[in-house]
Amino acid sequence: MARKPRVAVMKFASCDGCQLSLLDAEDELLAVCDRLDFVYFAEASSVLQPGPYDIAVVEGSITTVEDEQRIRELRACSTRLVTIGACATAGGIQALRAWGDSQEWIRTIYPRPEYIHALATSTPIAAHVLVDYELHGCPINAHQLIEVLIAFASGRSPNIPAHSVCLDCKRRGTVCVMVARGQACLGPITRTGCGALCPTYNRGCYGCFGPVDGGNAPPLLAEFRRQGHAAEQLVPLLRNFNATAPLFREAGESLLDNPTDDR
Amino acid sequence: MVAPLWLAPKERLQDLIDALRQRQYTVVAPVVDQAAIVYDEIDHIDRLPRGWIDSQAAGHYRLQPTSRDRWFDFVVGPDSWKKYLFPARCVLSTAKPLPDGWQFESAADDSPAYAFLGARACELAAIQVQDRVFLEGPWIDQIYQHRRSRAFIVAVNCTRSGENCFCVSMRTGPACHSGYDLALTETDEGFVVDIGSERGGDLIASLRLPEAPLEKCTAARLSQERAAMQQSKQMATGDLPNLLMTNLEHPRWKDVGDRCLSCTNCTMVCPTCFCCSVDDVTDLNTGAVERQRQWDSCFHEEFSNLNGRPVRNETRSRYRQWLTHKLATWHDQFDTSGCVGCGRCIAWCPVGIDITAEVAALREAPVRCPA
Ligand code: SF4
Ligand code: SF4
Ligand code: SF4
Ligand code: SF4
Repeated sequence: MARKPRVAVMKFASCDGCQLSLLDAEDELLAVCDRLDFVYFAEASSVLQPGPYDIAVVEGSITTVEDEQRIRELRACSTRLVTIGACATAGGIQALRAWGDSQEWIRTIYPRPEYIHALATSTPIAAHVLVDYELHGCPINAHQLIEVLIAFASGRSPNIPAHSVCLDCKRRGTVCVMVARGQACLGPITRTGCGALCPTYNRGCYGCFGPVDGGNAPPLLAEFRRQGHAAEQLVPLLRNFNATAPLFREAGESLLDNPTDDR
Repeated sequence: MVAPLWLAPKERLQDLIDALRQRQYTVVAPVVDQAAIVYDEIDHIDRLPRGWIDSQAAGHYRLQPTSRDRWFDFVVGPDSWKKYLFPARCVLSTAKPLPDGWQFESAADDSPAYAFLGARACELAAIQVQDRVFLEGPWIDQIYQHRRSRAFIVAVNCTRSGENCFCVSMRTGPACHSGYDLALTETDEGFVVDIGSERGGDLIASLRLPEAPLEKCTAARLSQERAAMQQSKQMATGDLPNLLMTNLEHPRWKDVGDRCLSCTNCTMVCPTCFCCSVDDVTDLNTGAVERQRQWDSCFHEEFSNLNGRPVRNETRSRYRQWLTHKLATWHDQFDTSGCVGCGRCIAWCPVGIDITAEVAALREAPVRCPA
């Protein structure tokens, strides 16, 4: 058998939840380790080997000048680079600084603000280097990560569905909370991955897996408004883990530009 | 024609359920769940949505209590019987690695024999459409055949039309004419029971019901006619396949494409839509492979992938694919319309896109651009 691919799991600005979800996938973990060699995975082992790597798994967003440099170095020594989670693919919850004064926050929150050298933005990895595959979610679905890693190790493309959350609602028999209860639900413009978790527990989707490719937000927002949801309720729905993903960002801004437009 | 029977008081519906259960049927019926009326396995009449009706509009569905003691005054909800005949997820086959090769097996479908209690006329029509797709073509779907051939159908004639119903236009309802074993029509005091098959006749014989009095039969017929007259939604079907196929570049497709979310809900709730995708899934620990089938949709961009790239990469072309298949090319393929007029796609579209309004708009200003 060919040698096992060397995998590095690297962290940028993030909470570690995505990489930890891999360790939670107990049933498959040993089989994954049979096929892949985790040579750099700080949450799992203190032995950290230098590159080159066959696959770099990147969690977190770019929020410092040092990380802008570090991601370029990682890219240069990795054959494949996979980003995981909302931070790495969209900027994460920390991208909410786009609508605040981050310098002012740093001054008021930290006792020694001079030690903090954060950029005014939190940007996804793909804004800095070429990314071979983006795995969305806050947190990611660990089974999907395993599918991506095994697919790359076996030289095929990953089988990760890219449809809306709605399809999963219907497959599992969840009654639509928007049509039957008038809740605002981002499911129609959100990528699947959770299996329609929130609607199944009677709560509208708030977009953990980010926008679906080609998502069409304006008619959905117009329908929310028609059903009586106010802009100030809808903006927080769009501005959480994937706030600066372009579709959600533009949708939130359009609501604030026309706060009373009710079609 | 066998004379209709009289099942009264209404609580005696329990006797029918018991008789079905004694014959090893799993009875599936409408129940209230998650703020809607869906289909679920029941063994007692207590679970029926007695006293509930649904108020519907485009993109809108709400349950309401009624003051009348009506057991079946609601119409269709998000579920259809396709949930049981063509399950949303199933395993088609398995392959196990052996030291000297592979062992392939078709997956056994261990589903029970179902009795569908409360199937409406449009739903019987939908089952007949899916029969053509899964049983009457060159290729027979084993899972569908196994479930369908054993299913016992207790239909219910609609005595009220919903706001989204247009079965009259599609000539499928509101009265049931074929495709059932027994059909019930609710009146104030009981149910008029029509026998539609020998199997239905045998089963109902065990209840020793009297013949239905003439005035009950008349009341039942009038209430079905009232439901038909009540129906306000319509779709003009004359020359429809030709209208659609000569308007493939009509500006309305872009208009609806701009409003549509491509969310797939319309196709999921449609009782005739049959698109699915098949994936081989490997168990990392054993190496065994399962071939899994799931409902899929022409609104899902990747579903139109050919050689890894979508051929219908705009919502406009996906909506057009859906509508032209459903209402035009379905005729060429299966010799029937793919729409039975149940109105589910209208109610369960989150933004209320209405198939009848889209057809009307094309009809109003056809541009007749050839394909
Ligand atoms: S509950 Fe939300 S995700 Fe589910 S079908 Fe309705 S709109 Fe789509
Ligand atoms: S479409 Fe016709 S048959 Fe179907 S539920 Fe409505 S009235 Fe009944
Ligand atoms: S197209 Fe709409 S109205 Fe026609 S059968 Fe399907 S869900 Fe019912
Ligand atoms: S027509 Fe409505 S339900 Fe169908 S895909 Fe478009 S938005 Fe979704």
